[in-house]
Amino acid sequence: MNRQITRLFALVVLLFALLVAFTSRWTVFEASELEANAANRRGLLEQQRVPRGRILARDGSVLASSVGAGRRENRRYSRTYPLGDLFGHPLGYSFVDRGQAGLDQSLDPELTGDDDELSTIVKELSGDSVRGNDVRTTLDPGAQRVAMRALGGRAGSIVAMEPRTGRIRVMVSTPGYDPNTVPERYRELNTAAGSPLLNRATQGTYPPGSTFKVVTAAAALDSGRFRPASIVDGSSPKTISGRPLSNFGDQDYGPITLTDALTNSVNTVWAEVATRLGGETMADYMERFGFGKVPPIDYPRDQTVPSGLFNRGRLLEPADRRVDLGRMAIGQERLQVTPLQMATVAATVANRGSRMEPQLVERVVDRDGRVVDQPRPAEAAQVMGADSAAELTEMMSKVVEEGSGTAAALEGGIRVAGKTGTAEVDSGSTNQAWFIGFGPVDRPRMA
Amino acid sequence: MSSPRARELFGLLPVSLLVTAGFTAVLLTRTEQVSNVTLVYGGFFLVCCLFAHLFIRARLAEADPYLFPLVALLAAFGLVMIYRIDADLAREQAQWFVIGLVIFCATVLFLRDIRTLERYRYTIVVAGLVLLVMPRVPGIGEPVNGAYLGVRVGPVSFQPAEFAKLAVIVFLASYLNETRDVLVRGRFGRLSLKHLGPLLLIWGLAMFMLVFIRDLGSSLMFFGGFLALLYVATGRLAFVVIGTALFFGGAAFFASTVGHVQDRIAIWQDPFARGVVDDEGYQIAQGLFAQADGGLFGQGLGQALLELPGGSTILPLAQSDLIYALIVNELGLFGATAVLLIYLLIVARGLKTALIASDGFSKLLATGLTAVLALQVFVIVGGVTKLIPLTGVTLPFISYGGSSIVANFMLLALLLIVSDRARREPGRGGLVA
Repeated sequence: MNRQITRLFALVVLLFALLVAFTSRWTVFEASELEANAANRRGLLEQQRVPRGRILARDGSVLASSVGAGRRENRRYSRTYPLGDLFGHPLGYSFVDRGQAGLDQSLDPELTGDDDELSTIVKELSGDSVRGNDVRTTLDPGAQRVAMRALGGRAGSIVAMEPRTGRIRVMVSTPGYDPNTVPERYRELNTAAGSPLLNRATQGTYPPGSTFKVVTAAAALDSGRFRPASIVDGSSPKTISGRPLSNFGDQDYGPITLTDALTNSVNTVWAEVATRLGGETMADYMERFGFGKVPPIDYPRDQTVPSGLFNRGRLLEPADRRVDLGRMAIGQERLQVTPLQMATVAATVANRGSRMEPQLVERVVDRDGRVVDQPRPAEAAQVMGADSAAELTEMMSKVVEEGSGTAAALEGGIRVAGKTGTAEVDSGSTNQAWFIGFGPVDRPRMA
Repeated sequence: MSSPRARELFGLLPVSLLVTAGFTAVLLTRTEQVSNVTLVYGGFFLVCCLFAHLFIRARLAEADPYLFPLVALLAAFGLVMIYRIDADLAREQAQWFVIGLVIFCATVLFLRDIRTLERYRYTIVVAGLVLLVMPRVPGIGEPVNGAYLGVRVGPVSFQPAEFAKLAVIVFLASYLNETRDVLVRGRFGRLSLKHLGPLLLIWGLAMFMLVFIRDLGSSLMFFGGFLALLYVATGRLAFVVIGTALFFGGAAFFASTVGHVQDRIAIWQDPFARGVVDDEGYQIAQGLFAQADGGLFGQGLGQALLELPGGSTILPLAQSDLIYALIVNELGLFGATAVLLIYLLIVARGLKTALIASDGFSKLLATGLTAVLALQVFVIVGGVTKLIPLTGVTLPFISYGGSSIVANFMLLALLLIVSDRARREPGRGGLVA
C-alpha cells in the first residue's frame, strides 16, 4: 500500500499545481482581459473612491463638483452640477454607470488626479488621499444665460469666442439637458425628440447658407484677385454649372461692387467669384479656415465633427470636379458645417486673419492651489493677411449697418460686423437661420 | 528540541504572531488605530491553541508535531479574513473554533483505540447515510443555491454532509481493509456481488448526491476519496479507471436529465454570456474579476473592494464559497500559493502518517481522511478558478461555517490518534504491498 500512498501524494501535488496554474491564469495571464470585461465594474468603482476635481467657470463659480457619501473605506463620490441645464453643454457629465460626455469626459486625466502610479503610491503611503485637480474653464455663466434666453426655447446653438485668444465664452446647444438628471433619465434623454444630448455646437452639422460667403469673400480679397470696390456682375438669373441660379427675390442688381454684393447677399455674384477663383484656391482657403478637419478644441474627439462637403457621409475635396463651386460659395451644395466652425471663421476675420485654436480650459489647479497647467492661446493658421481681414471687416460692418444684418446692430455705438445666412433644409419646410459676426469692429472682443 | 511536543509548541509561535499581525492589519485599514480587539482576539486564540497543545501533550504525546500548528495557522488566517469581512461573523467563527477544539479533545479522549471504529463500522455508515439524507426531509431541510446541504433544527443549523464524509471514510477504510485480498487477487469475472456490492453502493451514493441532494461538489469529493482508498487498498489502477468512467458516465447521464447539474456546467463553461453574467454566473464572474484585481501581490489585507455603493456586496459569499477569491484579491498569486502550500504540507504529513502506520485499517483511514481533505480543497479552489464548476464546498478551516470547522477538527483528531500510535509502533514503512 505504501507505494500507492506515495503515488497518491504525487497526484495531489499535480492537482494542486493545476490549481496554482489556474490561479495564475486569472491573476496574470488573462488579468487584463478580465479587467476590460464589460461586466467588471471594479475599475469604475475604484474611480468613485477618488473625489473628482471640480470644473469652474472663468469667474470661479462651480460648474461641477464631487459630493461624498458613506464613511471611511466605503466613502464614495458622485457628481453634481450646481448650474443644472445652463451648462449641460459643453460640460457633459460623468457617472459611473452612465459613462461620460463633454468636458467631464475629455478632462478625465486632470480631474482624477495624477495618473502616475508611483506618486499615487507615495501619496497613499504618506496618508494623503489621492484627489483630482480643479479645472478653470473659459466659460462665462452670465453670458451663457443671455445666450440661452436669446434662443428662447427654440432649437439652436450659439458659440462665442474671443478672437484674440480662441477662448470660448459661450457654448449653448438647445434643447439641452440638466446633467444631474442623467442617472435617472439617461434612456429617456437618449431617445428624446430634439436630441438634447447632442452638442449642436460641435456635433451638429447644417448647411451654412449665405454665411459661407464670408469664406468666399476672404478667398477673393486675400488672393488679390478682387478688391472691395471691384465691380462684379449681379444680374439674375445666371447659369452656374449648367443650371440657372437666382438671387433672393430674383432681384437683378446689374453691375455692383463686391462690398454691396456682400451687403445684399447677392448669390449670383459670389457664385461667379468662386468659379473664377477656381477649386484649388477655394480648397486652399477652406483648409486654412479649418474646414475638412476636426477642430483643434480641447473637447472629446468623438463629440466633435469636421465641417465641409459631405458626400454620403464622407468628406469631399472642394477641388473635386464633381463639386459645384458656385453653389458651394453661397453655402449650398453639400456643405455641412458646425456652429463652432463658423464662429471660428468670424473670429479669424476679427483677429486680423489669424485663426486661433478654440480653447475651453484656462488653467488646471491642484487641491493645494498650485497651477498645474495653463494652456496658452495657440495660432492654428494665418488664414489671410491683416489688410484683407480689415477690408473684409469693413464689408461685414456694412451688412449690419445697412444690409440684411441690421437686426444685429447694437446700441451704445458698438459697431458690429457680421453676415446672415438662410439655408434651405432638404425637407423644404423650415429654413435654418444663421448669423456670424463680431464686435466691436475697431478692437473686436467677441465673435 | 527534539521531542515532538516541543516542536509543536514552537510551531505555534508563528501562528499567534500571524493572528495578531493579521488582525492589526485589518483593524488599521478600518479605524486607523490599534485597539484592544486585536489583542483580545490574538490572546484568546493563543490560549485556545495552548490548551489544545497541552491536551495533545497529555494524551497523544508522540503524534505528528506539525499537523496541529499547520491547522492552527489556517484557522487563524481564516479568522482574520472573516474578521475583515464582518466582525460579527468572525465572533461566530471564533465560537465555532472553540467548539471545534472541544470536540477535538472529546474525540481524543473517547477514542483511545482507533480500532474501536472498526467494530461499529456499520452503525457509523448508516448514521452517515442518514445524515446525508436529512437535508431532504421536509421541515428541517433548507436548500441553498439549489443544493440541499443544510439542516435547521430550531436555532441550530448545520451541514450534515461534513460529518457524513467522516463516517463514510471510516467505513470504507475498514471495509476495504478486510476485503482487499479478494479485490487484489480476484479477476473481474470472478468477483461476486458480495464484494462488488458495497463498491457499487458508493457509486450509487455519489450519483444519489448528485441527483437528490444536488450537490456536485460533495459528490466529487466523496467519490474521489473513495477511488483514492480503492487504489491504495488494492493497488489496481483498473479500479480507478472504471470508477472514474462510471462517475463521469453517470454524471453525464444525470446532467442531461437534472437541470441543476446542467446549469452548473453551463455556467462553468461560459459565465460571461449575456444574461448569465448578471444572474447565475454572477458569483463565479465576480470571483474571477476579484482575482484579476489581485494580480501577483494582491491589494493588501483589508484593501480589496468588497462593497458596492448602496451596501450590497460585489463578492457574493466572500466568507464561504468565494473566500479563495478574496484571498487572491488581497494577497495575490503569491499569497494564495502560500495558502495552497500549507494545505499541501498538511496532506504530506497526513500521508506520511499513513505510510508509517502499522495496520491496514490505520493506513487506509489516514489515507482516506487526508485524501478527502485534499479533494475538498481541490473542489472549491478548482471551482473558484473555473477549473471545474463552482460548488458550495467549504475551504477547510478557513471558510466560515460551524459544521465545517467542527467536522474538520474531528478529522484532525482522528489523524493525530493514528499518528500517535503509528509513531509509537512504526510499521516497516517500506514498500509493503
